[in-house]
Amino acid sequence: MSMKNAVYTKFKDISREEHISPGTALCTGCGGLLALRLAYKVLGENVVIVNAAGCFTLLSVYPYNPFSSSWMYTAMASAPAGAQGIRDALDILIKKGKLKSEENLKVVVLTGDGAANDIGLQSTSAAIHRGLDFHYFCYDNEAYSNTGFQMSSATPYGSRTATSLPGEINPQGTVQRKKDLFEIWRAHKPPYLATVSPSHPVDLSNKFEKASKFEGPKLFIALSPCPPGWSFGASNSVNIARLAVQTGIWPLKEAVYGEVKHTVIPKFKPVEKYLRTQNRYNHLFNPVKQVDVIDNIKKDVEQYWERYLDS
Amino acid sequence: MVKEMLTGNYAAAWGARLSEVDYVPAFPITPQTEIIETLSQWINDGEMNAKFTNMDSEHSMITAAGTAAATGARVFSATSSQGLLYGYEMLYNVTGWRVPLVLVNVSRGLSAPITLEPDHNDILSTRDSGFIQIHAETCQEVLDTILMAYRIAEDERVLLPVLINMDGFYLSFTREPVEIPCKDAVSRFLPEYNPKHAFFKASKPMSQGVAVLGGSAYSYFKYQMHLASLNVLTVHDEVAGEFKRIFGRSYSATEAFKIDDAEYVIIMSNSFTIKGKAAVNKFREKGLKAGLLRLRLIRPFPSTELKAFLRGKKAVAVIDQNISPGSGGILFKDVTTALYHDPDRPERILSFIGGLGGKDIGHAEFKHIVEEMEKSIETGIVPETQLLYTKNDLEHINNLLNIAGNPLEGLEN
Repeated sequence: MSMKNAVYTKFKDISREEHISPGTALCTGCGGLLALRLAYKVLGENVVIVNAAGCFTLLSVYPYNPFSSSWMYTAMASAPAGAQGIRDALDILIKKGKLKSEENLKVVVLTGDGAANDIGLQSTSAAIHRGLDFHYFCYDNEAYSNTGFQMSSATPYGSRTATSLPGEINPQGTVQRKKDLFEIWRAHKPPYLATVSPSHPVDLSNKFEKASKFEGPKLFIALSPCPPGWSFGASNSVNIARLAVQTGIWPLKEAVYGEVKHTVIPKFKPVEKYLRTQNRYNHLFNPVKQVDVIDNIKKDVEQYWERYLDS
Repeated sequence: MVKEMLTGNYAAAWGARLSEVDYVPAFPITPQTEIIETLSQWINDGEMNAKFTNMDSEHSMITAAGTAAATGARVFSATSSQGLLYGYEMLYNVTGWRVPLVLVNVSRGLSAPITLEPDHNDILSTRDSGFIQIHAETCQEVLDTILMAYRIAEDERVLLPVLINMDGFYLSFTREPVEIPCKDAVSRFLPEYNPKHAFFKASKPMSQGVAVLGGSAYSYFKYQMHLASLNVLTVHDEVAGEFKRIFGRSYSATEAFKIDDAEYVIIMSNSFTIKGKAAVNKFREKGLKAGLLRLRLIRPFPSTELKAFLRGKKAVAVIDQNISPGSGGILFKDVTTALYHDPDRPERILSFIGGLGGKDIGHAEFKHIVEEMEKSIETGIVPETQLLYTKNDLEHINNLLNIAGNPLEGLEN
C-alpha cells in the first residue's frame, strides 16, 4: 500500500549517504541497527542522540563513536528527560542569542524495548505529555537482549527467554502477551507515531520523512530481529523481519494525532512459518508440537487484523 | 543595603535568579517546593529570562538538568530527601559528565518512618557521588553560597556540580534578615556563563557520557573527578576572598567559633550550629574554654584546615545529625581520619548522634557533651557513640507507645 505524497517510492530513492560508520560493537545482523541506519538517512547529520541503557549503548565506547553527529548517554530510565534537557537548553540559548539558530539540532531518543515498555515508560509518557519536540526510536528486539535475552513486557507470548524458559509449569515459555506500546503512546495523542521494519526501507523512510513535518513527539517502534536472542543465523534478519510483516505479526502502521492507518496490508502468510525461523520458538514444535499455544498466537493475529480490516 | 525577611527557600530562589540561570527543571517535594514555585512565577512573569520545565520525577529532573548543562546552559534545581534518593542514579551520572550545575537540597529525614523535619542522611548519602557539597547555617548563607557555587563549579579546575544543603523547616520555612545583593555587584562577581567544554551544537559534534570498557579507562576518569574535587579547596578560598571583597561577607571551608583558646571543641554542621554557638557562649560565661567548628565544605573535606584548627585541643566532640546504622555518625569518621596522623591532635575525640528527624538539641545536651569530654580526659576512657535523647524525649515516645497499644495484645489466645 503506497503512501499518499510519498517521497520515496522505490529503494533507489533512499540516500546513499551514511551517518553511521560500519564496524560497531553491535552484533552481526542486528535488525535494530539497520533500521537506525535507514532512519538516519532521513534525519540527516544535525542530530543529537540521547541514548538509554541497552544494546545500543555499545555503539559509543570510548574513544570511538560511529556517528557523524552528537551522542549523549543518559541512563536506562530517563533518556526522554535527557532529551528534554537538551531541547530546552538549545531553545533558551538560541532565544537568548547565546547560540546561533543554525546550530540547532534534532533531538533523538534511542532506546530498547525494555527501557521503552518498562523502566522508562514514565519518563516517555511525561515527555509526550509535555509535547517535547523530539524523535523517539525504540529498537524492539522483544527482550532485554543486551543482558542475555531476559523477558521484557515487549516479549511476545510463547517466546523463550532466559527468565521465561519453557518448563513443566509454563511449557509455552512467556505467558504474558506483548504490551501494546503503540496504543499506550497513541492514548497521549502525539502528532506522529509509527511502527517500522528494516525489511521495508521505503515505508520506513517515508514515515521518518512525514514525521519531520510535525512539531512535537515523533515516535517509532522498529522491529529489531536479534540473531543471538531470537536464535537464528545473522544473515536472516531482514528475511525474518519481512516475514513478521507478511504474517501480520508486525503490523506496519502510523497514527497522526491518534488516527491509525496501516501502511502495509499483508497477505497473511501462515504464522507458523515465522515462528519456525527462530529457535526462541523451538519449544512450540519440539519435542512435541504445542498446538494450543500456536493457535493462541494465530488467534491473536487474526483478532488484531479483524478489528482493522472490518472497519 | 536594606535587608529583607526571607525564608531559606525564598533566599535560594533569589540566589538562582541573581545567578541568571538559563534553565530550571523542577519537581515538587516538601520542604523544597517554595523554591521552584517562586522560580516558576518569576519566569512566568518575565522577571527571569529562563526556561522552566515541570518534570515527572527527580530522576528525570536531574537527568534534564545534566543534559541541559552539557548543552551549555547554566542550570539550577532543588530537591529534598526522598527526591534526592529517587534521583540518586543520576547524581553519579551528572558528576561523570562534569557539568557545573547547582542543586539545592533541603534536608529532611529519610523514610521509613516517613517524616518531614531534617537530618542529614539524605545529603550525606550522596557524599561519594562527586558533587561538591556545601552546608549552610543561615538563609543569607544559602543565597550567597549559590552565587559562589556557580563560580566554583564553572571553574576550569573543577567542572563538577555543587549540592548546597539547608535544613528543612529550620531554614526553609524560617524568615531571617537577608541582604539581596544588587545585580551589578553580582555580575561583577559572577559573569555570564560561556562554557568552553559544554556544548551540543551542529557545527561541533560531541559525545558525552560515553561507555568505557576496562578498568584503566574507568579509573582514569574517576580519579580525575577526585583531583578536580580536591582543587575546590583552593578554588573555594579564592572565590570566597573575592566574594568578601565585593559583598563584605566572609565564608571559609570550616567556620571557627571562639576556637583560638578553646580546650573543648564541638563540631557540628548546618542550622543547628546556632544552638551550639549559643551553648558555647553560655559555657564561656561560666569560664569554660569551649569553642565550635562548623563543617561547611563537606566535599571536598578540608582535612588540613581542620587539623590546624584542632591542634593541641584537649577534647573534641562531633555531633552527627545523621546515623549510619551499625557504624555510627558519618562525619565523625571524616574528622577522625583527618586528625589521626597529626602528632599534636586532640587527646580525645567523642562521637554523638543528635537532631535526627529534627529533634531539638537543648542546652542540657550540650552540657552533657562537655561533661563527657571532661570525664574522658580525667578517666582516659573514651565512651562509645551516644544518642542525644533526653528524659522528655523518652516520656514523649512512651506516651505514643501507650496510645498505639501493644501490638501483641489479644494475640495470646
